[in-house]
Amino acid sequence: MAVIPKFIGERIKRREDPRLITGTGTYVDDLRLPGMLSAVILRSPYAHAKINSIDMSKARALEGIVAVLSGNDLKDKIGSVPCVAPAEHVPFHPVLAQGKVRFVGEGVAIAIAASPYLAQDALDLIEVDYDALEAVVDPEKALDPDAPILHEEFGDNLVTRAAVPNPAVDEAMRTADKIIKFRVMSQRLAPIPMEPRGAAAQWHAGLKQLTLWSSTQIPHLLRSQLAEMLKLGENRIRVIAPEVGGGFGCKLNVYAEEALVGYLAMTLNRPVKWIERRRENLSGTTHGRDQICYLEVAANKDGEVLALKGKFICDMGAYLQLLTPAIPGFSGLMMTGCYKIPALSFEQEMVFTNKMATDAYRGAGRPEAAFIAERTMDMVAGEFGLDPAEVRRKNFIAKEAFPAATAGGLVYDSGDYHLALNKALEMIGYQKTRAEQAAALKQGRYIGIGIASYVEICGIGPSSLLPPKLRGGGWESATVRIEPDSKVTVLTGISPHGQGQETTFAQMAADAFGVDIDDVNVVHGDTGLVQYGIGTFGSRGTTVGGPALMMSIEKIQDKLKKIASTMMEVPPDQLTFVNRTVALASDPAKSVPLQQVVDAAWGYKTPIPGVEPGLDATSFYEPSNCTFPFGTHVAVVEVDPETGIVKFLRYVAVDDCGKMISPLLVEGQIHGGIAQGIAQALYEEVVYDENGQLVTATLMDYAVPKAEMLPHFELASTVTPSPVNALGVKGVGEAGTIGSTPCVVNAVLDALKPLGIRDLDMPLKPERVWRAIQNAKKE
Amino acid sequence: MFPASFEYHRAASVKDALSILQQFGEDAKLLSGGHSLLPMMKLRLAQPAHLVDIGGIRDLRQIKQEGGKIVIGGLVTHHQVESSDLIRGQLGLLAECATLIGDVQVRNRGTIGGSLAHADPAADYPAAVLALEAEIRIEGSAGTRTVKAGDFFVDLMTTAIKPGEILTQVAFAPLGAGAGYAYLKHRQPASGFAIVGVAALVALDKSGNLERVRVGITGLGAKAFRAQGVEAAQVGKAPDGIAAAAAHAPDGIDALADIHASADFRAELARVYTRRALERAVARAKR
Repeated sequence: MAVIPKFIGERIKRREDPRLITGTGTYVDDLRLPGMLSAVILRSPYAHAKINSIDMSKARALEGIVAVLSGNDLKDKIGSVPCVAPAEHVPFHPVLAQGKVRFVGEGVAIAIAASPYLAQDALDLIEVDYDALEAVVDPEKALDPDAPILHEEFGDNLVTRAAVPNPAVDEAMRTADKIIKFRVMSQRLAPIPMEPRGAAAQWHAGLKQLTLWSSTQIPHLLRSQLAEMLKLGENRIRVIAPEVGGGFGCKLNVYAEEALVGYLAMTLNRPVKWIERRRENLSGTTHGRDQICYLEVAANKDGEVLALKGKFICDMGAYLQLLTPAIPGFSGLMMTGCYKIPALSFEQEMVFTNKMATDAYRGAGRPEAAFIAERTMDMVAGEFGLDPAEVRRKNFIAKEAFPAATAGGLVYDSGDYHLALNKALEMIGYQKTRAEQAAALKQGRYIGIGIASYVEICGIGPSSLLPPKLRGGGWESATVRIEPDSKVTVLTGISPHGQGQETTFAQMAADAFGVDIDDVNVVHGDTGLVQYGIGTFGSRGTTVGGPALMMSIEKIQDKLKKIASTMMEVPPDQLTFVNRTVALASDPAKSVPLQQVVDAAWGYKTPIPGVEPGLDATSFYEPSNCTFPFGTHVAVVEVDPETGIVKFLRYVAVDDCGKMISPLLVEGQIHGGIAQGIAQALYEEVVYDENGQLVTATLMDYAVPKAEMLPHFELASTVTPSPVNALGVKGVGEAGTIGSTPCVVNAVLDALKPLGIRDLDMPLKPERVWRAIQNAKKE
Repeated sequence: MFPASFEYHRAASVKDALSILQQFGEDAKLLSGGHSLLPMMKLRLAQPAHLVDIGGIRDLRQIKQEGGKIVIGGLVTHHQVESSDLIRGQLGLLAECATLIGDVQVRNRGTIGGSLAHADPAADYPAAVLALEAEIRIEGSAGTRTVKAGDFFVDLMTTAIKPGEILTQVAFAPLGAGAGYAYLKHRQPASGFAIVGVAALVALDKSGNLERVRVGITGLGAKAFRAQGVEAAQVGKAPDGIAAAAAHAPDGIDALADIHASADFRAELARVYTRRALERAVARAKR
């Protein structure tokens, strides 16, 4: 009999991929239910306008139209689109605008017909009488006394203020050799999942049961919120996340359309489907980032950073989505990065503007923080003429200092920041590259070397870190069942949508029970099948979902060992699982087939004292802390001074996500993350004009990078296990995004340093770089 | 992304297509590769009542040599152009230009006739077609005419094609031995269109002076154009004056501006890319 290998740590191809690349997966739009109707939404062309009237008579008269509804028709029928994060001002957020529109793309009316074409025809016949109002677009002007107010009931455009004061900061500012002041901006980005959002619903009238399919990252949390919006019991709603073509945080949310299709399915008693179009996706799905930070850095001449003080202005958009005002907090708390900066204080002003809401986007607050920390290191190096690598070394938290309490009040679990930096610099050949850079400059070539050492916060986390209004905490759940034929079923509370836990968790379960990876089926994303879970976001899938899985695995292992011990007459703790047997650890030849043990549990023909029938265990894992993966990225770029184009010469990334269960999937996450991070540094930005019109409303203008716009990635890793969980894992879903953005910006600015250019806002588009060079030459 | 309803016609021949166009007048639109028209229809910015699909007209899919010219049918895809041995060998500038259009999917579907007829100010082909002094054949129910590339582009998305007419082919004189060429573009990062694209074609005389210089520029203004000032300043002279001449590339053009490039940046790109394209063309040319 062939020996079954071990799977953890092996470079295993994703088991999800064959169905995805052969078109046999089922996305929301693939659903075809008998009698299914299509919904299409009319959206506001104005950033800010009063709705005087909506004439739907012609639309309703169109042959074949089932229903046409506006916000007024739904008053008191569907609750507010929820925001669970605390804020001073949380406005009512109707599923369709009521009386006023507040951003371009806000839903105004919905048409339902047998086909989306017909429904769209009806939309074209709706006449909306708007009175355009002045719009607030610049978040720095949102609190001006004469700014137009989005939500009149609040009297101004303030969402909330947060402050973390610290007198030690002022003290450090007094004693430091220098206070360096600069402005750091993380521009607004669109997450752009390959598959836009989509939702479909079916009402089983007899059962009083609503099934909702949604392209979501959080089926259970969505169910809880939907129950409130639709005034249904949670036990009457089943949410299914079928294949989800990417989320990146924008599907960690609850949207108007999900409630709308649910409501329509119930009231029309027909299945209803809504599929987001790309234009809607760019205007009406949450954006990310959009923070400005005025920073003061207290530093000494030797490069030591004593304190950071930040004043943030955070653009929340027109309404608050699920976690909108919770995102900036991470930026403040994490802005000291990998550094033992003793004092931190910050203020955050979150404001309403006439734009789509911001919310989580890959990194969610930490890319902004890493950008602040890493620009700080380069600014300090530039100020005192120090090597940026040396400034980092000077300020790093030493590996002996872990667990390390930070100025932000967090406790970093483990780390070895010098190791990752040294490895990255060794790979790039730092001294040699510096020499090449100097030689190139003599020929008029502008080469830059950028370094970013990042740390981020993953595996959220202890439930206390999540907003009280969120039903469900920071824990995760897993069920492990060994079926009567010895096949293993894993039901996980996370909801992977590209992360690959169907592979990772199968590796873990296969090794645990000594079975083949193909003997394991990982089920997720269906509240009708899976116990309540929290979902996939914040790099928590393996970090929090993994330990939950291990808890259930261990419960089943214990039970199997107990049963086998009665068969083999050896103590349970001497048994192990190999090759589909339960075997004596010291002598695996002495064993009973796994199937025989499973038969005893399910068949239960001979009762086993102290052992219940069945092989099914559910566990809920509450983490004691977050995890803090880290790494160093180094980029070498060349700037073409005539065109401002940035060309990559090298890109090295050393990432430490703790232990790796699936190294190939880790690399995939790093690749995708770096691509998105580089995109922020160089290419992407959501642009609204001064009237609040969305200029980047299609992918013809919003610049998602193509492969040719990215460098070859040279990857390596260090492994510093997390003490937080028994697996030693830290999470890797966002790391690449967080490290790459400051790395590339630092590289470009390093190239421009000989010209006297100190700072530039992202994205570093050719024109911005070219113009800076022109201005520098004039001076 | 749901177009308004329309009637679909599949033309079997140019004659057939012309008669459908005549029948429905302005309510009809020609469908070739669909890369410009369909996105507009999906956004309902275009709502033609009749769509005349000319994709089945085999004659228009051919690349052939005819009377000393290379004749490319209107339905020839960008991929056919970039991969044709004939074009690569004798019309290298056009092949190089096609290679830089969009991405593989676009090049597999988009056609030369569709691109030229649409006359997007940022399309790549117009620069090369101008530099190559192509002749464009336009057929209508009133007869067939040939328009010189220089007369073809009229204004923003406007060409010499009149309602009811079809662009059926584009004819080129082969470059001839020793000619040097280059197509360089500054790519719009999202769409891949040219913020500025410059097609340069040169021939050197025996002493190494520039005997012939042609420069086509796209992306800068409302329509692609020949930089005749740059050309005239160079003919008969040594190539070392290229930089000075290229500085005049944007002269007299009202430069476009959008979020990707302002007017003065576009103008500067036109100077830089004109110089670089000419330098590369000269480097490739043989005396």
